[in-house]
Amino acid sequence: MPDDIIICRDVHKWFGNFHVLRGVDITIQKGEVVVICGPSGSGKSTFIRTINRLEEHQRGSITVDGIELTSDLRNIHAIQQEIGMVFQQFNLFPHLKVIDNITLAPIWVRRWPKEKAMQVAMELLERVGIPEQADKYPGQLSGGQQQRLAIARALAMQPKIMLFDEPTSALDPEMIKEVLDVMVELARSGITMIVITHEMGFAKEVSNRIFFFDEGYIVEHNTPEEFFHNPREERTKSFLSQILTH
Amino acid sequence: MAEQPQVLKPPPAEVGLLGWLKKNLFSTWYNVLLTIFSMAFIFFVLRLVITWAVRDARWEVVTTNLKVFMIGRYPTKEAWRVLASLGFVFFLAILTWVFRSARSSPVKRWLVIGWLLSFPLIGILLRGFSRESHFLPLVSADVWSGLLLTLVLAVVGIVASFPIGVLLALGRRSKLPLVKILCTVYIETIRGIPLISVLFMSQLMLPLFLPPEFRLGTVMRALTGMTLFSAAYTAENVRGGLAAVPIGQYEAARAVGLNKVLVMVLIVLPQALRNVIPTIVGQFISLFKDTTLVAIVGLLDLVGIAKAVTGQREFIGLHQEVYCFAAVLYFICCYAMSLASRRLEKSLGVGER
Repeated sequence: MPDDIIICRDVHKWFGNFHVLRGVDITIQKGEVVVICGPSGSGKSTFIRTINRLEEHQRGSITVDGIELTSDLRNIHAIQQEIGMVFQQFNLFPHLKVIDNITLAPIWVRRWPKEKAMQVAMELLERVGIPEQADKYPGQLSGGQQQRLAIARALAMQPKIMLFDEPTSALDPEMIKEVLDVMVELARSGITMIVITHEMGFAKEVSNRIFFFDEGYIVEHNTPEEFFHNPREERTKSFLSQILTH
Repeated sequence: MAEQPQVLKPPPAEVGLLGWLKKNLFSTWYNVLLTIFSMAFIFFVLRLVITWAVRDARWEVVTTNLKVFMIGRYPTKEAWRVLASLGFVFFLAILTWVFRSARSSPVKRWLVIGWLLSFPLIGILLRGFSRESHFLPLVSADVWSGLLLTLVLAVVGIVASFPIGVLLALGRRSKLPLVKILCTVYIETIRGIPLISVLFMSQLMLPLFLPPEFRLGTVMRALTGMTLFSAAYTAENVRGGLAAVPIGQYEAARAVGLNKVLVMVLIVLPQALRNVIPTIVGQFISLFKDTTLVAIVGLLDLVGIAKAVTGQREFIGLHQEVYCFAAVLYFICCYAMSLASRRLEKSLGVGER
């Protein structure tokens, strides 16, 4: 299918003797917003990190935007430039100003002239709602602002795919909403997104499909409607009952 | 509804000199005793030192030999070259100070180029071309001495050992086993040998390894030894800094598409080096003081010159004056480095994360 942007076939991964990913099959289409949930230790984080090669898969195949991920460094690089990633712990560059956090990769990797990079960075800061923070350092921002900056930094490379690894788990409740708002806006802009989150409101509102991970494979996946109202597997039901009772 | 509490001023602190004295020096009877005793001791020592320095000391040994202390055996006729070098460095330092907060990159780029060029330029200026040349005749490095030699050894040793040390630190963390083993063996070997042995070895062994047409003078051999020695310590300090950079920084840098070299140069090293500025400067200060050891392989650094001066017939027995003067010079240089390090830390915002 020409619209398939991420194709994973029978992806396996081990940490030592521990079988983290036990045959993951996923096909994601251009513009799709996919939510991945599951208990901690289920391999969901490891899985999305194999997509941009922060982790190496040991069996099976991953094809992103027509390029298969092998140990060929050029392929890895081409793919890493097409994929933006947002981490649970933000991982901003503390020694660079907010604006320089964003312009760094476009200037050094995309070879944009500085003026263009600055202009795009300011537009992105507007978009995530913190243009007045441009000349501060990340350490001076609140958690929510830091995560929005991290989103802007990832978007600066104009990626085709955005990966979110529990983007709101390290935030105070008051700040979760401001980050989710940015993500909702992003999801509606048509970019392909894979989001690990337990924010079920977000999943219902914008995702096309939800994948439930447990013990290193996909237990079930469905549209949010079906997933929440008619879960098929017992494990999904017990997981949902646990996270939805609060 | 509960009444909103008033916004109050903080309680008054004890103010003024008297308040401070009372709080810090005379708060209890044993503090009063301690204060009086310490004051008496400080007064006694200071009086001894000052009366010696002002009344008894014969400082003419220093004033008449000032030139000797500064440049030693460097020919007097060519002394302007040392002054010119010093002037050039001051000029660059002042420019750097003036433009320290300028964001415009062309000025900064020229300053960096200026600093980089200053090393070969000053080297040529001090050493000159050939014995017969009328313009800048040769002054072999082996006659450089006094404070000049101390500064050359320290500055070149520091500047040359720093990049080598950083490379060794990166090498020791490398995934390539051969690189890792070589760097580790080098670092551990050097760290297991005292500087004196390294200096002797560099004097005796370097000529064996180098082709005969590439003969190094004594100063160059000492310099090589000190650089190789210092690099091993720099490497260990930098390695500590590298270990303190969280793994998330590597991941984020790779995730935005930087390649391995850029990840190191733009993200990891700036943070790692910033973390270890105090340690590295401390190490450089001790390297500066360790330059005194070259006296053992026959070079006349500041201490070597001081020793020679005490041997002058007209100033016999004036050891105190001579060595006090040398100590003050060392202190000024080391304290300046320490101040510079603190400024650097502040301007790079260490601790504000």
